[in-house]
Amino acid sequence: MSPNSKQPELKTLAAEGLWNNNPIFKQVLGICSTLAVTNLVLNTMVMCVALVFTLSFSAATVSVLRNYTPRNIRMMVETLIIAFYVIIVDVILKAYWPQMSGQLGPYVGLIITNCIIMGRCEACSNTSPVGKAFLDGLFNALGYSFILLIIATVRELLGMGTFLGYAAPYFSSQYFDKWIIMVMPPGAFFMLAIVTWIFRTIQSKNEEPGQ
Amino acid sequence: MNVNTEIWQGFVVCISAVFTNNILLNYFLGMCPFLGCSREVKTSVGLGFAVIFVLTSTCILNWLIYHYVLVPLSLEFFRFIIFIIIIAAFVQFVEMLLDRTSPLLYQKLGIFLPLITVNCAILGASLFMVIRNHSLIVTIGYGLGSGIGWFLAIIAMAGIRQKLANEHIPKGLQGPGIALIIAGLMALAFTGFAGVLQGN
Repeated sequence: MSPNSKQPELKTLAAEGLWNNNPIFKQVLGICSTLAVTNLVLNTMVMCVALVFTLSFSAATVSVLRNYTPRNIRMMVETLIIAFYVIIVDVILKAYWPQMSGQLGPYVGLIITNCIIMGRCEACSNTSPVGKAFLDGLFNALGYSFILLIIATVRELLGMGTFLGYAAPYFSSQYFDKWIIMVMPPGAFFMLAIVTWIFRTIQSKNEEPGQ
Repeated sequence: MNVNTEIWQGFVVCISAVFTNNILLNYFLGMCPFLGCSREVKTSVGLGFAVIFVLTSTCILNWLIYHYVLVPLSLEFFRFIIFIIIIAAFVQFVEMLLDRTSPLLYQKLGIFLPLITVNCAILGASLFMVIRNHSLIVTIGYGLGSGIGWFLAIIAMAGIRQKLANEHIPKGLQGPGIALIIAGLMALAFTGFAGVLQGN
């Protein structure tokens, strides 16, 4: 592939993953394992890094093996590939940051059943060359991460008055009543609903003039 | 610890998994089918029963494998792969068994079984049970309770969504948006159960 044709492809892949076909507000996939950790920005960041790593590399691996995998056991093979990368993440986290590993609890392991990874493997890596599959995975994971970081920032700011654990200027002062509900589970549902609403509305406004 | 107190503890864990620590509304596990398959009460009931059954059985199976195979061999880090293989194999096995023995039940539950393999609630419950160091009897209670909790949540959701089908909803909020808001309200209602069981 020549460098000239690669440039636009990179752009379309980025636009698809980050915006047009965003995993969270468009595909609504894989919100299970990560919604739970969005009460703190730091936890969310770690989780997102783990997801970016797992999604891009497992997409690439599935793509490398796509011609050698029998059709009827391909789901099983994909799951095992994903599990392989998740174990790497889990072991590294346990070794170098045991405290974080304890806080995230089972959610690191639950990346395996995160539907977005399986979804991308089925939708793209099965049929595409390695480079494209890797980038598709990467941009989807990034599109996923930025929404989660928005949610986490709002939740931590309103719920605890902090950002990354540091006290935020106005929100941690006595003039601001902390929204405890934001750090509790219902807060995550409401925030995700609001974010979905806002982004879908923007998206449909952008699409209308073009049609 | 004698057996009676353990059974009692299992019962308490079961009730708390249904209400105060609902696997779906508190831990966000199994969201994808919860949002995707909750348009009709009938399908939700089928899916819910399948989840209760698979969740309880795989929890017990995974407990046995973890404590009698993985721990003695000190292969704990390998549990993700083992658990997911056991879940997939178990679902496949149940599917075949149902197909042979009870075609009626197979028709009702059959289409939901493959979906269950990728349901995070199943793997999540197994991982929670390992992290919390439950004993076998408590694990049975925990698996059963988690399954019933999930079942309750999805049925309530499907009922509400059926009522909402004819309402006017803003365009950006249609589909997953409104479902998430309903889930949020349900989670809010379920936080009312907190404190029902002291010491959990």
